[in-house]
Amino acid sequence: MRIRTAGVVALFALALAASGCGGDSDEPAAKETPRAAGGKLVIWADDKRAVALKPFAEKFGQENGVTVEVQAVSKDLQTNFVTASQQGSGPDVVVGAHDWIGNLVQNGAIDPVQLSAEQKSGFNETAIKAVTFNGQLYGVPYAQENLALIRNTELAPEAPKTIEDLVANGKQLKAAKKVTETLCLQVGQNGDAYHIYPLYASAGGYLFGTGANGDYDPKDLGVGKPESIEAFKKIGALGEKGEGVLKRSIADTNSIATFTGKKCAYLVSGPWAVADVKKANITYDISAVPGFAGGKEAQPFVGVQAFYVAAKGKNKALAQEFVANYTTTPELAVALYQAEPRPPALTAALDQVKGSDPDLAKFQEAGKNGQVLPAIPAMAAIWDPFGKAEAAVIGGADPTSTITAAGKTISGQIK
Amino acid sequence: MSTPPSGPGSVTRTPGREPAGSPPSRLPRPRPSGSRPSRSQVTRDHAPITLTGLAGKVLLLGLTAGVAVWAAFPLIAAGMWAGLALLAASTAGLFYLYLTRRHIPAKYLVPGTLFLIAFQVFPVIYTASTAFTNFGDGHRGSKDDAIVAIQSSSVTQVPGSAEYALSIATKGDPATGPLVFLVTDPGTGAVSIGDTGGLRQLDAADVTVGTAGKVTAADGYTVLNFGQASARSKEITDLVVPTAGGALRSSGLSRAYEGKAVRAYEAGCDCVRDTETGRTWTADEEAGAFVASDGERLAQGWKVNVGLRNFTRVLTDENISGPFLGTLIWNFAFAIGSTGGTFLLGMLIALALHSPRMRGTNLYRVLLVLPYAMPSFAMLLAWRDMFNADFGLINSLFGLDVDWFGQAWTARFAVILVQLWLGYPYMFLVATGALQAIPRELTEATSVDGASPWQSFRAVTLPLLLVALSPLLISSFAFNFNNFNAIYLTTEGAPFPADNPTNGATDLLITYTYRLAFGGQGAQFGFAAAISLFIFAIVAVVSAVSFRRTRQQEEVWA
Repeated sequence: MRIRTAGVVALFALALAASGCGGDSDEPAAKETPRAAGGKLVIWADDKRAVALKPFAEKFGQENGVTVEVQAVSKDLQTNFVTASQQGSGPDVVVGAHDWIGNLVQNGAIDPVQLSAEQKSGFNETAIKAVTFNGQLYGVPYAQENLALIRNTELAPEAPKTIEDLVANGKQLKAAKKVTETLCLQVGQNGDAYHIYPLYASAGGYLFGTGANGDYDPKDLGVGKPESIEAFKKIGALGEKGEGVLKRSIADTNSIATFTGKKCAYLVSGPWAVADVKKANITYDISAVPGFAGGKEAQPFVGVQAFYVAAKGKNKALAQEFVANYTTTPELAVALYQAEPRPPALTAALDQVKGSDPDLAKFQEAGKNGQVLPAIPAMAAIWDPFGKAEAAVIGGADPTSTITAAGKTISGQIK
Repeated sequence: MSTPPSGPGSVTRTPGREPAGSPPSRLPRPRPSGSRPSRSQVTRDHAPITLTGLAGKVLLLGLTAGVAVWAAFPLIAAGMWAGLALLAASTAGLFYLYLTRRHIPAKYLVPGTLFLIAFQVFPVIYTASTAFTNFGDGHRGSKDDAIVAIQSSSVTQVPGSAEYALSIATKGDPATGPLVFLVTDPGTGAVSIGDTGGLRQLDAADVTVGTAGKVTAADGYTVLNFGQASARSKEITDLVVPTAGGALRSSGLSRAYEGKAVRAYEAGCDCVRDTETGRTWTADEEAGAFVASDGERLAQGWKVNVGLRNFTRVLTDENISGPFLGTLIWNFAFAIGSTGGTFLLGMLIALALHSPRMRGTNLYRVLLVLPYAMPSFAMLLAWRDMFNADFGLINSLFGLDVDWFGQAWTARFAVILVQLWLGYPYMFLVATGALQAIPRELTEATSVDGASPWQSFRAVTLPLLLVALSPLLISSFAFNFNNFNAIYLTTEGAPFPADNPTNGATDLLITYTYRLAFGGQGAQFGFAAAISLFIFAIVAVVSAVSFRRTRQQEEVWA
């Protein structure tokens, strides 16, 4: 029995060493390796961008004697980042859209970035404006995107000047059985505030007024105001009970496919649609989204992709160095463009790629009068109610009562 | 809040429960003879120790210890001593239990109980405790976190100040020596040295300045390279060199700027003061935010207990309580409809295939199980597209012009139809199993007695089937009651009334809760947790009542 107990103890010690205790001896060992001595930078990005970033991040690491790790977070990057940084397991740098800023700041997840005046001047003005929140620069932009009208030039050789022109031409094509839909603009069952916004703005609607310093003012909500009701009357007239141009059956899942299937001559979409359009061998051209005749110019939202420094990162100085001094180089911007063709925010990088890709210049031209997508936290309250009101009006609901109710819901959600 | 697991046939499959493919145990069966209860008792006490048994025991206990050690380090690092004590106690308890030869039943019960506590009881307790807080976007961390965030995000560059080129240096060892900033003013080329004591100019003769204006060497100092410097990242970020206009801070490892924290927390008034505008925001411990006198809040708040506010909000806020009742009724209709519908269809097909006159039953069975074999995740998306009013298969196939997801009743009908398609194969499978366990002699006896097939079904087959399948039906009901995927992947709750974007015609409580938690004005975990508790209570009551009724039923029929 004595021997058996000794055997149990010995075997147990062995198993312990094999299973778990290896874990705690890892850490001191890791500290001794020379690579880790230089500190480690962890970057989170979505799948596509993570692939594009990797070689550059590695180069940065080699040049500076540090370890750089790019981790792809394929789903819910923003929420995962907020949760992880709250728990202290987040990255040092995160890559994402500029309209996250409001939420990330209110959760204390990102720190401001200090760029020199010279660095700032290298960027497109809109892009810098987009990442500025409460007077502070919270990220370094690298690409921007906006909606435009993509049209099949075989069916519609001329760019329409107004929505009315577009509808008239689309109807002719429909009567001639060349297409089945007038316009592919995604609405979906629950609406899509981003895609309807150019028309909403053209008809005079607005989301938030701007304060004295040019920032959006969450207290001045445009939804539910008379301007928005007028705008939705015009949008409703294009809806299912009116002209039948806007339909809930056209959604994010089928709008591009319907266009590439030549069922409609016009598509309202962004740079991300171009790859599919090219693949479908459609001769196309890109122009600005037209507005209503006699109305204002149609303004698409301009969104910016940016690098952020995590407030609770373990290696903030290195993260600042990477974001402020390395991501501002045109080479990186060009590489990210090649991974996914969206116009670079750095003017120098845009000039470099513009020559080989005429679509970029056209998208940029279409977004020239665009409006920076608001990054204030109150914007989160807009998307859902606004989209659903849009879907209801397009489905034939009364614009006045619908939009008034949506405005009420939104203002009720804004603290 | 959790979403139901998806996977093949997740619609009606209940995690953790075995399908009743085996014969119901309550039917009379001959008892196995020769079972001697005393034998196992005897063998256990004198069981020889086998090598595999010993190795298995050692390996498992070693694993337990390994997991415990692995889990202990983060707990120690976070200073969570209560959690560590709990871990130590449960590990010690496990060792005691499996190293002694006593407590045989506990050896079987304890692992399951531990997992139950870890994966069921803790999450429920955590949800319950969250329900009493304002945890959500803007209120995630502690007050200290909020103060740090407010102060650090208010640091702005002093207008007109210079942009310095920065090198980080130390007098002593690169890894431990006290850090200093060596900064070069690009305008004048003057080099200064800065530490917490302030900034003083260095003699140009003592330093070597590189091409980018950075100091590459300085007498008496070791200039750190990026690798060395980044290892001390936190110290660099924290090093603030006071200057006349504010303070010199690092921006990365190669630049420094003169910045000023405009907002600062003052403990005396428990408020945040803006030194430029003079505005103050006083801490409001009930709201978990700094609030100015005019009601303006700073964005960065903290988590506070709000008592029963989340619960009363469900009941008193008329935007929530009104739709809540409507959603609850539809939720019951959906759960009953999908469970009952799939059961009826599944059972009818099982009965048809059970008939001895049926030929080619195996082929039918294979075909019938197909929907069950497809991932419901993908199938739900496919069905969503099939119901598209203009491009969908259903309208074009039948020449219809129905706006399926655009009207409340057609949308409800559509989601139940999809549930039926996805769920009946499962019910068919379990009903087939249960039917085969009912002795044919029983039905034959009824026909000898002159009963019609319908009478024999009503009096014999159905009751016996129900006895076997009731627990499955109840668990299937509970699962469908919270069938998030079924709604979220098809209609997302649509159609929504024109004047109410928060609560759609096909919304279940769980999709509604999800929208509250993650949609609208950012995440509101506290409020969503309160609704989850309501759902939990409803499902628990329904299940308890049904199980009680089932037991009574068994007493009648068994």
